[in-house]
Amino acid sequence: MKPAKFDYHAPASLDEALALLARYGDEARLLAGGQSLVPMMNFRLVAPAALIDLNRVADLDHIVTDGAMVRIGAMTRQRTIEFSPLIADRLPLLQQAIKWIGHLPTRSRGTIGGSIAHADPAAEIPMVLRALDGEVVARGAGGERRIAAADLFLSPLTTALAPDEILTEIRLPAMPEGAGCAIEEFARRHGDFAIASVAAMVVHTGGGRYTVRLATGGIGAVPGRLGAAETILEQQGFGAAALAAAAEKAAELVDPLSDHNASADFRRHLTAVLTRRAAIAAARAVA
Amino acid sequence: MKTIDTPWVGRSILRREDRRLLTGAGQFTADLELPRMLHVAFVRSPLAHATIRGVDVSAAVKAPGVVLAMNGAELMAQVPPAPDAQLSLPSKWTATVQHKFLNPAQPLLAHDKVRFVGEALAVIVADSRYTAEDAAELVAVDLDPLPAAIDVEQAIGPGAPVLHDHLATNLIGEFAIAKGNVAAALAAAPHRLERRYVHHRYAAMPMECRGVVAEYERRNDRMTIWSSTQVVHWVRREAAHVLGMAETRVRCVALDVGGGFGVKGHVYPEDLLIPFLARRLGRPVRWIEDRHEHLLCSAHSRDQIHDVAVGFDDEGRILALRDEFTVDCGAWNTLGAGIAYNTAVHLPGPYKLANYSSSAKIAVTNKVPNSAYRGAGRPEAAFAMERTIDLIARELGLEPAEVRRRNMIPAAEMPYSAGIPYRDGEPIVYDSGDYPRALDEALTAIGGLAEFRQRQEAAREQGRHLGLGIGCYVEGTGVGPFEGATVRLDPGGQLYVASGACPQGQGMETIFAQVMADQWKVTPDDVVLGLADTASIAMGFGTIASRSTVTLSAAIHQASAKLRDKVFAVAANMLECAPADLELRDGGVGIVGVPGTTVSLAKIAAAARPGWDNARPEGVEAGLEETYYWEPPTVTWSYAVHVAIVEIDPELGRVTVEKYAVAHDCGTVVNPLLLDGQVAGGTAQGLGGILMEELAYDDAGQLLTGSLMDYLVPTASDMPDIAMVHLHAPSPLNPLGVKGVGEGGAVAPPAAIANAVCDALAQYGVEINRTPIKPEALVAAIEAGRKR
Amino acid sequence: MDVALTVNGKPERGNCEPRKLLVDFLREDLGLTGTHAGCEHGVCGACTVLVDGHGVRSCLMFAAQADGAEIITVEGLASGGALHPLQQAFHEHHALQCGFCTPGMLIAALDFLTVNPSPTDAEIRDALSAVLCRCTGYNNIVKAVAAAAEKMRAK
Repeated sequence: MKPAKFDYHAPASLDEALALLARYGDEARLLAGGQSLVPMMNFRLVAPAALIDLNRVADLDHIVTDGAMVRIGAMTRQRTIEFSPLIADRLPLLQQAIKWIGHLPTRSRGTIGGSIAHADPAAEIPMVLRALDGEVVARGAGGERRIAAADLFLSPLTTALAPDEILTEIRLPAMPEGAGCAIEEFARRHGDFAIASVAAMVVHTGGGRYTVRLATGGIGAVPGRLGAAETILEQQGFGAAALAAAAEKAAELVDPLSDHNASADFRRHLTAVLTRRAAIAAARAVA
Repeated sequence: MKTIDTPWVGRSILRREDRRLLTGAGQFTADLELPRMLHVAFVRSPLAHATIRGVDVSAAVKAPGVVLAMNGAELMAQVPPAPDAQLSLPSKWTATVQHKFLNPAQPLLAHDKVRFVGEALAVIVADSRYTAEDAAELVAVDLDPLPAAIDVEQAIGPGAPVLHDHLATNLIGEFAIAKGNVAAALAAAPHRLERRYVHHRYAAMPMECRGVVAEYERRNDRMTIWSSTQVVHWVRREAAHVLGMAETRVRCVALDVGGGFGVKGHVYPEDLLIPFLARRLGRPVRWIEDRHEHLLCSAHSRDQIHDVAVGFDDEGRILALRDEFTVDCGAWNTLGAGIAYNTAVHLPGPYKLANYSSSAKIAVTNKVPNSAYRGAGRPEAAFAMERTIDLIARELGLEPAEVRRRNMIPAAEMPYSAGIPYRDGEPIVYDSGDYPRALDEALTAIGGLAEFRQRQEAAREQGRHLGLGIGCYVEGTGVGPFEGATVRLDPGGQLYVASGACPQGQGMETIFAQVMADQWKVTPDDVVLGLADTASIAMGFGTIASRSTVTLSAAIHQASAKLRDKVFAVAANMLECAPADLELRDGGVGIVGVPGTTVSLAKIAAAARPGWDNARPEGVEAGLEETYYWEPPTVTWSYAVHVAIVEIDPELGRVTVEKYAVAHDCGTVVNPLLLDGQVAGGTAQGLGGILMEELAYDDAGQLLTGSLMDYLVPTASDMPDIAMVHLHAPSPLNPLGVKGVGEGGAVAPPAAIANAVCDALAQYGVEINRTPIKPEALVAAIEAGRKR
Repeated sequence: MDVALTVNGKPERGNCEPRKLLVDFLREDLGLTGTHAGCEHGVCGACTVLVDGHGVRSCLMFAAQADGAEIITVEGLASGGALHPLQQAFHEHHALQCGFCTPGMLIAALDFLTVNPSPTDAEIRDALSAVLCRCTGYNNIVKAVAAAAEKMRAK
């Protein structure tokens, strides 16, 4: 389990990194935290001709607010996010999600951008990106563009990022004050990838009316939103009947994967259960 | 002279091996660095079953850093396969038990066919593991795929692809044992049940994978093998045979070993191939198995299907039990019939079975060979028996604990003749113990059965599902044929003991120092040990089958007794008294009842030395060293009752172990702290086995769980607290009264948890007769029950 | 390529291929074999070391990436002859058997106690789930970490 040979580059700037990416094309892989890429290289499932290590690139590691938006540099470590007071205050759902990702020593290296660009269907950060209607910023030879979460994830391990682009920043709208949120995840063992997970955010918009966000991870090929289930809860509230209807709807909305861990039917079943539980927990957490 | 407070046996002294392991100063096989050492990687089969048309290593040989690349055919021409029947059964057994065995001899590399995914086809030797893996990718493998035999029952059915063509069948083993008249008793029984129990494939998964380093010294034609093994003498014997060397020229050493649990308990092809390469190349050669190789190629375990028929009366007393089972042996038969036979004789457990029969079929399939793992056939047996007991209770509306009590052998009937032979050929006699008391103690330790039933009822009213399950077993431990101890008082006065026992974390450097300290009235720190090294003692058996504490403590006792006679003879000469007047005390020997006469062991050792000016009495030979090979009359019988309380999340199919209790008896305890560690560790493995771990294959024979992301070893968050109670019925079969403990913890958890889950879900009639318990299947079973 | 770093307070240099994993570099190039490779895919945690104060899997980092870093391995825990409170607690609570996972366990526990010096048992379990142990069943390790945390707080 030793990686194959590669050319190693550790550029200091984004421009340098982009130039290297242009030079190697799809022969190169970008190295962020390495917590998914390096295992694949050790198994020799991936053997890139070149590794472009982003860990020494300046200006990719920041957490700042920009009006209602929180901007997080793509190379910000998951561990930094976990202990960031700003994230705790503005994006508690993201902070909750971080604790489901691996373990403290993997979060020391793992980055938010790496997790998104890797696009594992079971990963938690892409699910949060979908739940909160975030967007990402990508830099390429042709300049910078923004990609909405809904347009980003195409299939397992595939995003809308072009081969010559580098993900530089994640932008998430700060959660409204008093918003409740929760993640319900089903895995066989803590710290493992989700077999199914649901993230929920509930915002009281006044007068007994709510905004609801529900997103899935680990269930389908890409993280998804459960729009019609959100609508049921927004319209009917959080009584038992509404929750049951939303859960049933959620199960209809997903197109589940099937593997050794769980059949598609079971993932569908889990979707319903986790949707109900996440919605209840998020509603309870509304201030 | 210091005063020494004995006995040491029975005290929880802290481990002597800890310091090096805590500071990074331990030395595992992979830590060994030798000058000019070369590194090995293997080319492994991507297919489960195929004819080898060609394995072309010509490109690999030319790769940078490569010293040698060789395929199986080339190797086969130079090295014979390992001798078959590696662990033979005694003639006393073969003469008594009706059986038929075929043993395909496994070559060191596949040369004619590949028989499981991951089987080695070629070997690369290079200047680093990195370059060796690079070159392995350059080997062109030409395989002609064959249909694979994956399902064990299909493998012995008509038209199945045959793995070993010369045998013309996949059914490589059969035996049967019986007592009483099962057919008649079954027919006459007022109640009958028949069930199929399936125990899945999982494995030991030590945190250190295997590894072998070998160095050949041309000057004196000697080979040293460092192997992460539990059986150094066995490795030496096979290596000497395969290499055509005298055994005395071959030395095998196990350095610090990072867990074994059975998977390192037999000889593997690499143990023999690496020394061959070292001799051929004249340079040290090292192979360190990586985790992928470990999952793909090191022995798996369990994997049995049982069909049980039981007859019982209105009170739940078992009148007859018939068990027919099949073992999925994988592609090669590494341990003969030992494991399957363990299953057959352990199934009756602590119960009286007047009429019992068991018949086994052992079949090869296109999977990794199945070998011993902690429990070695017993978890499967306990699962079948303990589930059956719970089903009897359910059928009759009785409390499962009560059905156990009614069937258990009472303490007054000990020693108890089970009426079937053990695998050493001796008739099974449970030597000592109080099984009903263990059951009571375990139930008390978990908080009481009646108390639980109340809590369960209250929880049920809140829609929560709690369940209590029991798993009992008895275990033959300390099996023969032998283990030896060489006990020596060095000329400098240092006590030394050597043995073929091989530790992998059990704390042998501590417990055998305790045993020695009592024999010699010294402190454990006064004792030096030489374990896991064939150079330290002529013959050894190794550490498998919960045997080392039993056999080696007895050997130390006997060797010490022999040596003591000599020490006393020398001391008597020095003190001018009769040996009968002497006693050991405070690190020396003195006259009984006469304080101040103590002479130190160092002085006695100096007096006993060979040569001029010694102080030996007439007729006493020089030197103070004795060896004794303990040949146990038969096994000692440890036993335990495990009780689990679980809570089920019926929507997610999640099983949470809320509480766990163990009442355990292994006779005299050498070190209670370490004993608890053994039981706790075994229990964790058993819980992992029933709830998380699985080696799953698809229909084509591809392993679906080939990484630790898929093969789920439990973590700290998955472990319940364990309440432990110890009973102490010493064995009459050895001088210290000890019984073995290494494996027991892993035997009962699958049964206890399955019974607890069924208890929690009794309202749905859920039956768990197949392991592992997986969330999806559990949810489906609950749903099916709801619909009924 | 050249790699210069500080290990256990001591400056070290080495030269290796870019693909060399940090765990192999520590073990083979620097001779620090206390750090163990148990799975080489980031699950078992035996290879956990501190890099610039944070626990990381050294099998998921290339040595080249550690250029300029400060690393602490199990060899750097004891000072002089005195065991670190975690090491001492592991000894006293019989929190190790074969000792193979122990270096990773110790480093992961140390890392965790720096972010949570007063953990509950459940939090300790959660943190220790970063490292697999096959011998002990974990309960003694949980006790040892709790005991060490108390000692370390008192300091």
